[in-house]
Amino acid sequence: MSDRPIRLIYFAWVRERIGCSEEDVVLPDEVKSVRDLLLWLRDRGEGYENALSHPEVIRVAINQEHVAHGESLADAREVALFPPMTGG
Amino acid sequence: MTAGSAPTVRIQREDFDTAAEIERLTRGKTDIGGVVTFSGLCRDEAGRLVALELEHYPGMAEAEIARIARQAMERWPLAGLTAIHRYGRIEPGQNIVLVVAASSHRQAAFEAASFLMDYLKTRAPFWKKEHRLDGTAGDWVEAKAADDEAAERWTTAAVGKLGG
Repeated sequence: MSDRPIRLIYFAWVRERIGCSEEDVVLPDEVKSVRDLLLWLRDRGEGYENALSHPEVIRVAINQEHVAHGESLADAREVALFPPMTGG
Repeated sequence: MTAGSAPTVRIQREDFDTAAEIERLTRGKTDIGGVVTFSGLCRDEAGRLVALELEHYPGMAEAEIARIARQAMERWPLAGLTAIHRYGRIEPGQNIVLVVAASSHRQAAFEAASFLMDYLKTRAPFWKKEHRLDGTAGDWVEAKAADDEAAERWTTAAVGKLGG
């Protein structure tokens, strides 16, 4: 990952619980996948823990496309975290 | 517009005019035999809600609905396809979403509209928050397993199980 910053964007109750709608972070080298990211974020404070206590329910998009939790962050510029969608 | 041409996708705060959207899709064409429209409206949930607040992911909302619409254009012989989704505060009785599918024959138009709605509900990045009549802070609407199942039935395996 080196020092490349990634933009994180949050929606709906993930945004409310974390307390901000977006932020830029530099990930440590060991954070390689979406799953790693969710676990790393969860330890950043109370709001993150409230939002991500059940990481398996969180939906994730990398560069505005849906991905599974096993997906690599290698090409990620923008990562969005959000609950299951309720449009329509 | 010929079969396979680009669908129209719009994400907007303002309301839409269903009749105008049908007209836009069919104007000047003589090969369309059927137009199916689906309108999704805000419900008041037995008087409990004064409004829904629709949050969306700008950019991805357009991109994801366009991806779904292109899949529908590839899968069915459509003469035209339009999908419009609103965001912001929407009150009971007001429009949320519109799908218009046009084809030579009705079956393709019915199926494409149904497919688009099923996929849109489970994949388009929108979230509904309730505003309650009693003024208390509303909840985020929870996703329904039935919506996932509705989308799942369009996968190849499920279509096979249903006998095509």
